[in-house]
Amino acid sequence: MRRQIASLIAGGVFGIGLTLSGMTDTAKVQGWLDIFGAWDPTLAFVMVGAIVPMALAWWIAARMDKPVLGSSFPPAAGTQVGPDLIIGSVLFGLGWALAGLCPGPALASLSFGGTGGLMFLAAMLAGMAAAPSLRARLARPTL
Amino acid sequence: MPIDWIWGLVGGLLIGLSASCFLLMNGRIMGISGLLGGLVDRSGWHDWSERAAFVFGTIALPALAIPALWTAQTHLTTNWTLTLSGGFLVGIGTRLANGCTSGHGVCGISRLSLRGITATVFYILAGAVTLGLMRHIWGIL
Repeated sequence: MRRQIASLIAGGVFGIGLTLSGMTDTAKVQGWLDIFGAWDPTLAFVMVGAIVPMALAWWIAARMDKPVLGSSFPPAAGTQVGPDLIIGSVLFGLGWALAGLCPGPALASLSFGGTGGLMFLAAMLAGMAAAPSLRARLARPTL
Repeated sequence: MPIDWIWGLVGGLLIGLSASCFLLMNGRIMGISGLLGGLVDRSGWHDWSERAAFVFGTIALPALAIPALWTAQTHLTTNWTLTLSGGFLVGIGTRLANGCTSGHGVCGISRLSLRGITATVFYILAGAVTLGLMRHIWGIL
């Protein structure tokens, strides 16, 4: 139960952080991608603000035996860069530009995003459900 | 406009705090596409309650706090084709790549993960090229 409560709190802080930072505003996200137009640097500040404490957390984790409420930390980061990583990231970037939302903000903005936000989430969940079959296709040597 | 970056930094710190808490308390990487996708494709059903609690918090706390504090807007396009195709591509792409802005971006870059950095470079490049074409060449966005 304590793990669920920690998850709930982490999720809540995450949602507030996304909303405060402006990342639930598709105009700001599309502005970040608009390097050929009116470029909006806000997303860079959000990333720096998030990466600095997280780098510290990784440093602390490396000096702990196990997490406070768990038995083990995540394994070391993988180093294999395959077609699934590249193709998946390109498809994600494409969709990100079209609508200006990524998975976190799609959840955080659900209460104030109206019908459009719900439609985006529904389409995103459908995409997630379709991913395993695309992954299987890519894994086959002859496409 | 000039204070937008301050809100970005403050919000970013909260995102980093959340990711730190999830790692140090639960021993997990805070990746939203993974947390959510595992519930969709059943690969994460063994620890569904933790995933659901995180997702619920992400939706519910802004819902509780925002009416009281300020009015947030998404400015999402009213073009449903863009909304639906964007959502589908974000869903399938992040699951294929095993991560999105939170997992690869925040959690990956902060431990100098090659996969995280590569993914982030590719989704930002793909996004910038798409937006440039759609907005400045074809005039759609």
